[in-house]
Amino acid sequence: MSHLLAARLQMALSLGFHIVFASIGMAMPFLMLTAYRKYLKTQDPEYKQLTRAWTKGVAIFFAVGAVSGTALSFELGLLWPGFMKYAGPIVGLPFALEGAAFFLEAIAIGIFLYGWDKVPPRVHWASGLVVGLSGVTSAFFVISANGWMNSPAGFDWNGGNPTNIDPVAAMLNDAFFLQAVHMTVAAFQAVGFAVAGMHAWLYKKRGYSLHLKAVKIALLWGAVASVVQPLIGDLSAKAVAGRQPEKFAAMEAHFETETHAGLLIGGIPDEETGEVSFGLRLPGLLSFLAHGDFSSAVKGLKEFPREDWPPVLVTHFAFQIMVGFGMLLLLIGSLGLWQMWRGKAFSAGFLKTLVLCIPFGFIAMEAGWVVTEVGRQPWIIYKLLRTAESVTPRPAVWVTLFGYGLLYLFLCVVLVFVMQRQIKTLHKQLAKSAEGNP
Amino acid sequence: MVLALLLFLALSLLLYALLGGADFGAGILELGRMGRMGKQEHALVQRAMAPVWEANHIWLIVAVVIVFMGFPPVYTTVCTFLFIPLMCVLLGIVARGCAFVLRYYDAAADHSGLYSGIFAVSSAFCTFFLGVLAGAMTFGGLDPSATEFGPAYLSPWLNLHCAFTGVFACALFSFLAALYLSGEAEVKALQEDFQRRAAYASIGMVVAGAAVFATQPGLVTKFIETPLALSCFFLATLLMAQLWYAFRYMKATRSVRFWTRAAGAGVVAMVMLGWYSVVFPAALVFREGVLTYYEAAAPLPVLKALLIALIVGIAVIIPALIYLFKIFKWEVLE
Ligand code: HDD
Ligand code: HEM
Ligand code: HEM
Repeated sequence: MSHLLAARLQMALSLGFHIVFASIGMAMPFLMLTAYRKYLKTQDPEYKQLTRAWTKGVAIFFAVGAVSGTALSFELGLLWPGFMKYAGPIVGLPFALEGAAFFLEAIAIGIFLYGWDKVPPRVHWASGLVVGLSGVTSAFFVISANGWMNSPAGFDWNGGNPTNIDPVAAMLNDAFFLQAVHMTVAAFQAVGFAVAGMHAWLYKKRGYSLHLKAVKIALLWGAVASVVQPLIGDLSAKAVAGRQPEKFAAMEAHFETETHAGLLIGGIPDEETGEVSFGLRLPGLLSFLAHGDFSSAVKGLKEFPREDWPPVLVTHFAFQIMVGFGMLLLLIGSLGLWQMWRGKAFSAGFLKTLVLCIPFGFIAMEAGWVVTEVGRQPWIIYKLLRTAESVTPRPAVWVTLFGYGLLYLFLCVVLVFVMQRQIKTLHKQLAKSAEGNP
Repeated sequence: MVLALLLFLALSLLLYALLGGADFGAGILELGRMGRMGKQEHALVQRAMAPVWEANHIWLIVAVVIVFMGFPPVYTTVCTFLFIPLMCVLLGIVARGCAFVLRYYDAAADHSGLYSGIFAVSSAFCTFFLGVLAGAMTFGGLDPSATEFGPAYLSPWLNLHCAFTGVFACALFSFLAALYLSGEAEVKALQEDFQRRAAYASIGMVVAGAAVFATQPGLVTKFIETPLALSCFFLATLLMAQLWYAFRYMKATRSVRFWTRAAGAGVVAMVMLGWYSVVFPAALVFREGVLTYYEAAAPLPVLKALLIALIVGIAVIIPALIYLFKIFKWEVLE
């Protein structure tokens, strides 16, 4: 068991690390393009400085994303050979297409990062657009693979010897589209708020107007995403209730099947007794959220064999965290949008709030993945293959977990350190240009 | 169908060696300098690699995807029984990629010595274990029935033959990098310096190559019985002899520099082709028995879908890749 636990932790660690960089790779190009376009339109040099400053950061994050992703493409085999045996042929197609999208992205990023004076501005701008679009496309393809684990399609299982394999049907599984849209929006939300918060902080500290421009661009993307996210999340919840009722019940810590089921806010579920202590119940709302009808029946965990339950506590907590932060960001985002629309300057208090929000989007996103992945347990391919059956037989998984953990920790430290220095350099430049034309 | 996919696999591995391999080689050459590297030389490596290394690197991912979708048992076996060298490769990839961008982008350059050190060491480390992996796949030590740690996870790759394939890979990649860089260098002293190092690396290749054959008994007979491998060997030798001649007696004019780089790429291509032709059709050689690509292949509809995806992908990528190289490499190629 501890062998399996080490493998699961290592997978979670690597993916949780990678997704941060993947999100930056998806959303940052669009932020940069917005700034760049403003520069091309207004010729205000601050927008160019901002674009270039962002570009430098993105180059570093992109590279870390690329190498950590490469490690992942082997890690699936290093940890779950029993899974890849099936998944490779059936759902390899999105991975292959993802490879093509990555390729395009890597080419375009070469042009975008190093082509400032080598290609005409319009071509250069377009290369940035290709970076962003292919980043989003590649995310769609990976998530299609993940969706297939939640909603296997495109084959007959045939007792473990899959026949009638149809890779296209596997790729277009039921879970794919919503998950992908949800994740894409999450990336914009997380990155938008993190960047807006960073620049709000720098603005408060240094007062350079460049930072305020940055806040506006980043917040616009982040806030719009935050407004649509709960709508998409609601659709995701309805889809899960239909597709994986155990997962849905675990998310809600819902043990007994009942009609007019109440929505639980907070609460500590106990898997052994099936009781929930503390927490607030909003009558009928869960039935409504799951099936769009206050009187519909919602299946509880006790409906399912005990050995098929996902870990209830983790799934429930993660779900609460995601939704909680989602609601908070919806509120703050709407406030920001309203201020921008009215053309008002941001109040000092609002800027402070934005600084506070730096990690919120990312926390919600990581929590969301915990919901998806832990909520699918004990299955690695839903209802077909158990995670325990697919784990590698090789020894020393704890050792590699430890090694990966150290590596990622080290990288995080280095990145923080380097980013801090990037900002210092930017400020030196800004101070210089302020001296130049007072 | 299997052959068509193998063609793509061979092609992406070849391109990885020709493009990504040179990037690895650049790091190994830096290691050879032991930190005594000049500013000019640094700038040259940086300018040559920075815009393209990320794209070069993706050929490996293409190859991996082909293997795990098209030939899943090969992927799962390598990931299980060769996990140690594979982890080493991954560690190297992560470390050198990070060190490389940081060296370029970390604003204050006072740490670049550390970054360079990591970049150089991890390039050599990674290349060595790539070579070990390639050797171990067909060495014949894989033993899925083994239950003890040593026979199952160590002896397939922890042997002289695999060590020499690793050394050979290092020599090969640094040879290639030295040739490319001598072509990109603008200063004469640097050009000659890189040519000299290419010559040293080529000696390393010959010695390590001989050792690779000497440590694997059946390899020589197999090699002699494969006409394609023999012809590759002769072509490579021919190119190499010409290269040596060019270094020694010819002026480094534009056309000579172009030609030497083409010849270097030719040598690598011949080595790779020779290697494929000797091992084909075996994907993995076990202690008992062989797994061929035909046996490992996924069902037909899967292969078809993969092939279509590859063709579509290549159709999109090749023009974009040409454009990238045109922007950054055209002036040096001419
Ligand atoms: C098979 C393993 C694997 C898994 C599970 C994931 N990735 Fe990944 N990812 C890769 C394998 C990979 C990679 C193939 O290794 C990439 C490609 C080259 C590169 O940039 O690394 C990568 C990079 C990469 C990039 C570009 C890097 C950047 O811009 O910084 C994006 C946008 C994503 N990924 C998106 C995702 C998302 C949204 C995932 C989760 C839902 C995800 N990846 C999981
Ligand atoms: C990048 C964001 C992701 C994060 C943060 C994430 C998180 C996690 C977590 C927490 C686990 C452990 C669950 C457990 O065992 O209790 C896990 C397992 C796993 N995930 Fe994900 N996941 C992500 C995306 C994906 C994607 C896109 C795929 C597939 C292509 C995937 C494939 C897997 C596999 C194969 C396992 C191991 C088997 C299992 O535990 O079910 N994950 N992930
Ligand atoms: C506010 C209301 C929200 C609701 C109702 C909601 C609902 C859901 C549901 C039901 C899932 C599970 C889907 C599945 O397993 O297939 C999920 C997953 C996820 N959520 Fe949310 N979510 C909300 C907000 C957010 C926010 C704010 C973020 C991040 C910024 C986020 C990021 C994610 C991610 C990354 C996943 C995993 C990937 C996926 O399945 O799409 N969610 N969410």
